[in-house]
Amino acid sequence: MNSISVKDVGKYYGRKNETVALDKISLEVSAGSIFGLIGPDGAGKTSLFRILTTLLLPDAGEASVQGFDVVKDYKEIRKIVGYMPGKFSLYQDLSVRENLHFFATLFKTTIEANYELIRDIYSQLEPFNNRRAGALSGGMKQKLALCCALVHKPEVLFLDEPTTGVDAVSRKEFWAMLKRLKQQGITIFVSTPYMDEATMCDRIALIQGGKIMSINTPYGLLEEYSSPLWGVRADNMYQTYLDVLQYPAVSQCHTFGAYHHVRLREGAAAEGLESYLQTKGHSEIEIKIISPTVEDRFIDLMQTENKYLI
Amino acid sequence: MNILFALLRKEFKQIIRNKAILRVIFILPAVQLLILPFAADYEIKNINVGIIDHDHSGYSQEIVQKVEYSNYFKLTGYSNSYSEALTWIEDKSVDLVIEIPYNFESNLVKENAADVLVSVNAVDGTKGSIGAAYIGNIIQEVNNEIRGEWTVFPRFNPQARIQITHSKWYNRTSDYQVFMVPGVLAMLLTIVGAFLASLNIVKEGEVGTIEQINVSPIRKHEFILGKLIPFWIFGLIILAIGLLISYVVHGIVPGNNIWVLFVFAAVYLLAVLGFGLLVSNFTETQQQAMIISFFFMLIFVLLSGLFTPVESMPRWAQILAAINPVTYLVDVMRMVLLKEAQLADILPHIYTISLEGVVLNTLAVVSYQDVRYVV
Repeated sequence: MNSISVKDVGKYYGRKNETVALDKISLEVSAGSIFGLIGPDGAGKTSLFRILTTLLLPDAGEASVQGFDVVKDYKEIRKIVGYMPGKFSLYQDLSVRENLHFFATLFKTTIEANYELIRDIYSQLEPFNNRRAGALSGGMKQKLALCCALVHKPEVLFLDEPTTGVDAVSRKEFWAMLKRLKQQGITIFVSTPYMDEATMCDRIALIQGGKIMSINTPYGLLEEYSSPLWGVRADNMYQTYLDVLQYPAVSQCHTFGAYHHVRLREGAAAEGLESYLQTKGHSEIEIKIISPTVEDRFIDLMQTENKYLI
Repeated sequence: MNILFALLRKEFKQIIRNKAILRVIFILPAVQLLILPFAADYEIKNINVGIIDHDHSGYSQEIVQKVEYSNYFKLTGYSNSYSEALTWIEDKSVDLVIEIPYNFESNLVKENAADVLVSVNAVDGTKGSIGAAYIGNIIQEVNNEIRGEWTVFPRFNPQARIQITHSKWYNRTSDYQVFMVPGVLAMLLTIVGAFLASLNIVKEGEVGTIEQINVSPIRKHEFILGKLIPFWIFGLIILAIGLLISYVVHGIVPGNNIWVLFVFAAVYLLAVLGFGLLVSNFTETQQQAMIISFFFMLIFVLLSGLFTPVESMPRWAQILAAINPVTYLVDVMRMVLLKEAQLADILPHIYTISLEGVVLNTLAVVSYQDVRYVV
């Protein structure tokens, strides 16, 4: 069963609708799964979130959450979703407990009634129960926000860039929490600009410029690759990068940590590249096949979509 | 009901924790009531007078002495030339100049008429016109005394003389404070109602907390009531504090029917809170809300009859004053505090303000839907 269904949804801004935030996108999220919306800033992620959480009207198409239409049945949706906006939006002048209590009451429930669901997260916050939310650290704020979004036991959880600006350890912890929530049967719709988080999701959609470029499982997305990806390194990395770009059989080359990620045209062999680099005077040349990451796939798709972008 | 209660509790907690707002609510009224009525005083004193006495006669001395001993004037200079005295007016050391010409006394005796020149600096219009009126009175008085000396009492008075005396009602000593304090109280009530509530609502949007509220099943009227009720209560508290201060400091004793004032204030606050809500709907930041409220506040106060009587305004301004809610509050304040008006006396005011309250709140609720709730 589908928990979220989006069909041809469009959203346009500006006086003449000249700014396209969402360009007729469609996607479906099955119940009890983690769905990741992955794309850079300005891709249209937040617009989609705001439409699904009934804060924004779509200009075209239709969408539903748990079978409720986002336009007609918005009141029903508000009862069953939890939303954590990208910007911290709890009351900074209320304490941890007061915030939680307040949001529980808004949903006509109590902290105690759904304590089981938030126990994992809330137990870390309890020592700071009386601290004002504004005085919490970034990671703690984010945990509190998640608690407040969960306190009414939502069926669908919307998390808009929950890990932006959070340190690496807290990010790992956060994803572990999401996994546990998923086991409770909650559908999780999450967006992130970090490609490395994509592998944590059951399915991901790559979004760019208001268009969805691909929807697949993280593994399936990498399978979409037809030709192998080569990692290239040599003594002088920058000169190597410039020289690799000059080689006629190279279709793409991106700097990427210790190795340059290089793709060759159909039928070209890596040996040719190696001897080419030798003639250019490079030493310690190493060329090997590497497994692509989501980021490689994203750049790849982005380049096919728009050749001028890079 | 439960949700409204939670909202109210949250709102009170936030207000009480916000030191700045708390100061505005409790210290601002005290300071304004302590300072403003003394400073905003229309009784003109210390008018600087320059005298040019060319005559040096008994009568001219009499005028000079009367001016000197009146409470309103300060003799700051004597001169023999009018042009020198004019330079005093120009450098503002003197507000008006009296010139008594040669042969003032002999003209008065021989020809039964004599001229005195009074030159007034009209840059400060109020001071000038009031000063000129005082001088006119003094000269008139001297004139009467001289005539009294001359008159050989006839058996009957050949000319009927009408003398005007008056007694002042409601404010027997014409104390300006008694007149100003109710007005300042009215201003305070409006600030709390219109300013603070709109700032508070806009803050939710500015900080982003409105997002979480909007995604919850909270109803629109619950949210609005949760915002308005706290400031309605604070408004009434301020009124009570203000009345206490005006009793202790200014000696304004509220009569038995002080509750009438609270009845009116309760209705009035609903109207201005509606105005604040309206402002908040059309602003996105507290800064914008502040500037817009300030703009309206200035117009409201100047057009309210607080400082200048509405009756002497031009026709168009009178129409504006008639739709200005502050006008009615100032009026009711003075009616109740000075005249001990009964509920029946202010009923027309209550009706008008109720109507304005309904209009403002309806506009606010309708526009709230358009702006905030996109669905």
